[in-house]
Amino acid sequence: MAIELEHVNFIYGEDTPLAVKALDDVNLMIPDGQFIGIIGHTGSGKSTLVQHLNGLMKATSGDIRYNGESIYGKDFEMRKLRSKVGLVFQYPEHQLFEIDVFSDVCFGPKNLGLSKEEVEERAKDALQKVGIPETMYYQSPFELSGGQKRRVAIAGVLAMQPDVLILDEPTAGLDPKGRDEILQQIKTLQTETGLTILLVSHSMDDVAEYVDRIIVMNAGKVMFDDVPKSVFAHVKELEEVGLAAPQVTYVMQELRKRGFEVGEDATTVEEAAKAILRCLKA
Amino acid sequence: MLRDITLGQYYQTESVIHRLDARVKLAGTLIFIVSLFFFKNYWGYLVAALFLAGVIKLSRVPFKFMVKGMKAIVFLVIITVLFSLFLTPGEALVSLGKLTITKEGLNTAITTTIRLSMLIIGSSIMTLTTTPNNLTDAMEKSMRPLKKLHVPVHEIAMMMSIALRFIPILLEETDKIMKAQIARGADFESGNLLKRAKAMVPLLVPLFISAFRRANDLAMAMEARCYRGGDGRTKMKPLIYQKRDHLAYVCLLVYFVAAVVIGRLHF
Repeated sequence: MAIELEHVNFIYGEDTPLAVKALDDVNLMIPDGQFIGIIGHTGSGKSTLVQHLNGLMKATSGDIRYNGESIYGKDFEMRKLRSKVGLVFQYPEHQLFEIDVFSDVCFGPKNLGLSKEEVEERAKDALQKVGIPETMYYQSPFELSGGQKRRVAIAGVLAMQPDVLILDEPTAGLDPKGRDEILQQIKTLQTETGLTILLVSHSMDDVAEYVDRIIVMNAGKVMFDDVPKSVFAHVKELEEVGLAAPQVTYVMQELRKRGFEVGEDATTVEEAAKAILRCLKA
Repeated sequence: MLRDITLGQYYQTESVIHRLDARVKLAGTLIFIVSLFFFKNYWGYLVAALFLAGVIKLSRVPFKFMVKGMKAIVFLVIITVLFSLFLTPGEALVSLGKLTITKEGLNTAITTTIRLSMLIIGSSIMTLTTTPNNLTDAMEKSMRPLKKLHVPVHEIAMMMSIALRFIPILLEETDKIMKAQIARGADFESGNLLKRAKAMVPLLVPLFISAFRRANDLAMAMEARCYRGGDGRTKMKPLIYQKRDHLAYVCLLVYFVAAVVIGRLHF
C-alpha cells in the first residue's frame, strides 16, 4: 500500500510559447502511515504535485503507481483512487454548498454509492474527528466561523475514509489558535488511525513539529527529501530558495555559536526548551 | 481545462494599431462591419479583404493566434452555410435525393461565409489590439451625449470593465471548485441530462457564493478609495486624439467610399 512516482514531468501549456515546467523529473516513494510535509515557495510545484497523486492532473510523462498499479493504466478506476486518496484543497470552505453541515459532509460518501446508514455513520464519525459538535450538524455551513467551516470541509473529505489524506495549506488565513487546533487535530488523526498524511505548506514552523519526513520542492524539482532534522541542517540552501528553517533552529544555532552545548537534535520548541534546560543545569 | 479561450483576448505587442485611440478602432470596426453589408458583387469583398489584411499586417498580431480564437465559431458558420445551401429556393444546380442545391443558395452560402468570417476577424482585431479598459473608456466617451437623456453611461462602462475583468477570475475559480468536488467523488461527465444538471449544483452554489463575496470585497475596496460614480472623475490616461488618429479616420473614410462604390458597381 503505497504511492510511487517515477520520473514524473508536468508542463503547463505544452507547445505554446508560455510553456512552464511545473514538475521536473519527480521520483518519490510514499509508504503507508507516514506524516509527510511538502514544503516549497509559491510556484515551486507543490500544489501541482499533490493534484497528480489522485489523478486530477495527468503527468506529461512518467508514471505514478498506487499499490503497485499504474494509475494511467487502461483498466485503472480513477474514481476508486479518488476515494482512497483524499485531497483537501486550499481554502476548502469555498467548496461547501449544501443547506446544512451534515448533508455537506455526506456528499463525498454518497458519491461512493454507499447505503444511507453507512453514509450517515461515516459523516458523523468524520465530524467527530474534526471536533464539530452535534449541535452544529443542522446549521447552514455558511453561518459558521472560518475555522469551523474549514473543519467541516476537511470532514467532507475524511468521510470518504481515504487511506491517504492530502491537505493543501490547511492553515492558510487562520489565526494562530485556529492553526494550532487544526494541525493538532490532524496529528491526532494520524496517530489514532494510521492514515498517511501529506501536508502542503510554505512554512517550516507549521510542519516541523508534526511531520516524520519533509519533502522540499523548488522549481518543480525535489530539492530535499529527508527527516526534518537533516533537512533543517541545510539552512543556507533553504534560504537561497526563499524558505527558512523553523525559528527555533536559528536560536539553537546562535546558542551553539556562543558556546552553549545545546546539541543539534532539537527541531521543535519543546525539544529546544528541554535541550536548553539540560544545558543550563549541567 | 477552461483556460484555452482566446476570443476577446488582448494580445500584447507594440504596433501602430495598438497605439491608435480606442475610439478610432471602435468606429473603424463599426464602419468595416457596415461596409460588408453594402456589397453586391465579389469585388467589394476583395477590397475589404485587402483592407483587413493590411490592418492585420500593421497590428503585428500573428494570424495563427487570431485563427486559434475562431475555432469556437466554426460550428456556427457550418450550420449557417448548410441552411442557406439547401433551403434557398431558386434555380436548381445539383439534386441529392430530396435536397437540392440552388444557384441562389450557393451564392448566399458563399457570401455569408465570407461576411461572417470577416466580421469576426474584424472585431477580433479590435479586442486583440485594445485593452478592455481602453475599450470601455472609448465606449464611455463616445456614448457621452446619451447622458443628456439620463442614460447612466459611466455606470454602464464601469460595469462592463468589471465584468470583463472577472471573466478569467471566475474561470479559474470554476476550475478549482470543479476539481475540489471531483476529489469528493462528484461526477460531471456521465449520466443523462437531468442527472448532469443536478451534478452542477455542487459547482454552481460555491461559484455564486464566491462571485458575491468578490463583488462585496470589490465594492468595499472601491468605496475605501472614495469611488462615487462618474461625476467629476478624471482619468489617469485620458483619451485625446493625436495626428495619427485623424489620419486613421481619413483612411477609414477612403476605404468605406472605395469599397462601397466598387462593391455596388454592375459589371
